[in-house]
Amino acid sequence: MSNDWKSYKPMLVPAIRDLHDISVYEKNNGYQALKKILKDRKTWTPANVVNEVKTANIRGRGGAGFNAGLKWSFMPEPDGKPRYLACNGDESEPGTFKDRKLFEFNPHLFIEGAIIAAYAMQIDVIYVYIRGEYRPFIQKLQKAIDQACEKGYLGKKILGSDFSVEMYTHMGAGAYICGEESSLMESLEGKRGYPRVKPPFPAQRGLWGRPTTINNIETLANVPLVMQHGAEWYLDIGPKTHPGPVLYGISGHVNRPGVYEYPAGMDIMTLINEVAGGVRGGKKLKALIPGGSSTPPLRADMLDGVTMDSESLREAGSMMGTAGMVVLDEDTDMVDLIWRISYFYDHESCGQCTPCREGTGWLEKTLRKIKDGNGEMRDLDLLLAICHRMEGRTICALADAAAWPVRYSIDRFREEFEKKCKKTVYAVA
Amino acid sequence: MAETYTFTAKDLKEIEKITAKYPDKLSAVLPALWYAQDKFGHSDPSVQQLVAKTLGVPEAHIRGVVSFYTQFYEKPMGRNVLDVCTCLSCQVSGGYDMLHYIEEKLGIKAGETTPDGEFSVQSVECLGACGYAPMLQVTNDKFVNHLTREKVDKLIEDLRAGKKPDFESNPMPQHEKGS
Ligand SMILES: Cc1cc2nc3c(=O)[nH]c(=O)nc-3n(C[C@H](O)[C@H](O)[C@H](O)COP(=O)(O)O)c2cc1C
Ligand code: SF4
Repeated sequence: MSNDWKSYKPMLVPAIRDLHDISVYEKNNGYQALKKILKDRKTWTPANVVNEVKTANIRGRGGAGFNAGLKWSFMPEPDGKPRYLACNGDESEPGTFKDRKLFEFNPHLFIEGAIIAAYAMQIDVIYVYIRGEYRPFIQKLQKAIDQACEKGYLGKKILGSDFSVEMYTHMGAGAYICGEESSLMESLEGKRGYPRVKPPFPAQRGLWGRPTTINNIETLANVPLVMQHGAEWYLDIGPKTHPGPVLYGISGHVNRPGVYEYPAGMDIMTLINEVAGGVRGGKKLKALIPGGSSTPPLRADMLDGVTMDSESLREAGSMMGTAGMVVLDEDTDMVDLIWRISYFYDHESCGQCTPCREGTGWLEKTLRKIKDGNGEMRDLDLLLAICHRMEGRTICALADAAAWPVRYSIDRFREEFEKKCKKTVYAVA
Repeated sequence: MAETYTFTAKDLKEIEKITAKYPDKLSAVLPALWYAQDKFGHSDPSVQQLVAKTLGVPEAHIRGVVSFYTQFYEKPMGRNVLDVCTCLSCQVSGGYDMLHYIEEKLGIKAGETTPDGEFSVQSVECLGACGYAPMLQVTNDKFVNHLTREKVDKLIEDLRAGKKPDFESNPMPQHEKGS
């Protein structure tokens, strides 16, 4: 990748003072995409909006990277009864802290995107599910929603058209699993966040048994950009297979941690060394977790030429996830780190599926044993066997998310694990 | 000893407003519990009973919900709850150092409350402030980022004096440079 990124101007979170205020947002082309659609509904039928978004290939920013427009096209024909959009602002994957930037600095871009999504899928009610720990950010979003209602962008007969949609915020209460889309719906329905067995998929049976689409906050914030400038324009930002602007959350051992907005497909070493100011204290890079805790860690020597997009990261042996990059320096103890990640998944498993409930516990216990110096070589085999018995055998992907970091760390940092293990399984004294 | 809690007419109006956002009353369980906890400071069994009665939802269901979500307090907590993040980015940026410093300073362990009822301390999972580690959250509300021992000292002093932390904004570093 060239140096183009240096002249890149953020669009999801532009550097405009007080953009969270609706009048400032309006002065900067805000709500123009929505107006464009509602002014020319012959051109912009709901189906055409879905198609435009599908062509733009907005890859879901919640972790799975699914084409947003394609997901929208799964919604059945309206039958006169309620249909829902659930916006996923649970943002609980360790290493991820980007959606909150939209709530704080550019909430109307997200709101506009959600309204357009509702128009395209002929949806009546939008719920924005936000983790309970983000209370101050929910308050900021709520202010923006109130402003949008006052100005007629939300509510009955939007901008004088016959299109109506309501938007409500729903505050979670501390449960990572509620970011999983079917758990999120259970939580919205006032229950414990137990993921549902799929199929049926949410487009068939979602909230209160009605067709529902779930999208991440950042995904929806991309929608007005596409509708304003067109899919072709959008496809020219970053790689065509994973286009558009991305909020990169960079944390860990760098000089300038924070959330940065650049095109998808940024060179990883450029992000670490130039954007985030390099590894702290002049230390060497040891590893990178590229997209939140569930994405397999990559060793420093595996990062040459790798870019932040689904395809490049898959080839390198990891995933894009949420683009929450955790940078780890040479002094990082990978066993401690992976133990703590396992502790997290054990704590957050909802407990419905035996392989996950028991597996996450055994991963945590076994890693704790190794970390404390009581492990044996055969515990590494045990860990891999547990991973094998978890992967692909559960209702939701939390079990996989828990297994991957363990499996790939043992593979990629094996020496470090072995060093902490006793060399024999027998008592020697 | 369990206290009896009640909602005033004004509370009931607010809860009605919440319920109106959903197609059924069951769906209002989380926001109604939040409303109750904000008012009473916790969601112990007697608060659960009140919420159950108000919404017409079985008490067992409410109990199940309260015990599932970590932010609902199943018993009364200290006046200030310090939720110290020790997960991933915080772990590798000194989160445990901060937790242990606070434990030492207050003379309690994570999961405990000071005898004067002023502080509870918990070691918690990722709070979504990874770039601003180490950090903590005060009683399900404001985040306090970039913790140092000095910052912790000041925070605890302020909280003792009844002064809650302000909202800390963390702008995008790109903006500071660019404009
Ligand atoms: C255990 C688990 C946790 C998840 N947490 C989140 C989350 O916090 N935020 C999010 O947007 N998606 C999360 N997801 C992904 C959602 O299930 C869903 O794919 C996503 O919200 C869809 O939006 P998108 O297509 O716009 O990315 C999680 C998935 C799993 C399996
Ligand atoms: S995989 Fe784990 S978190 Fe997901 S439904 Fe099963 S037990 Fe719950």
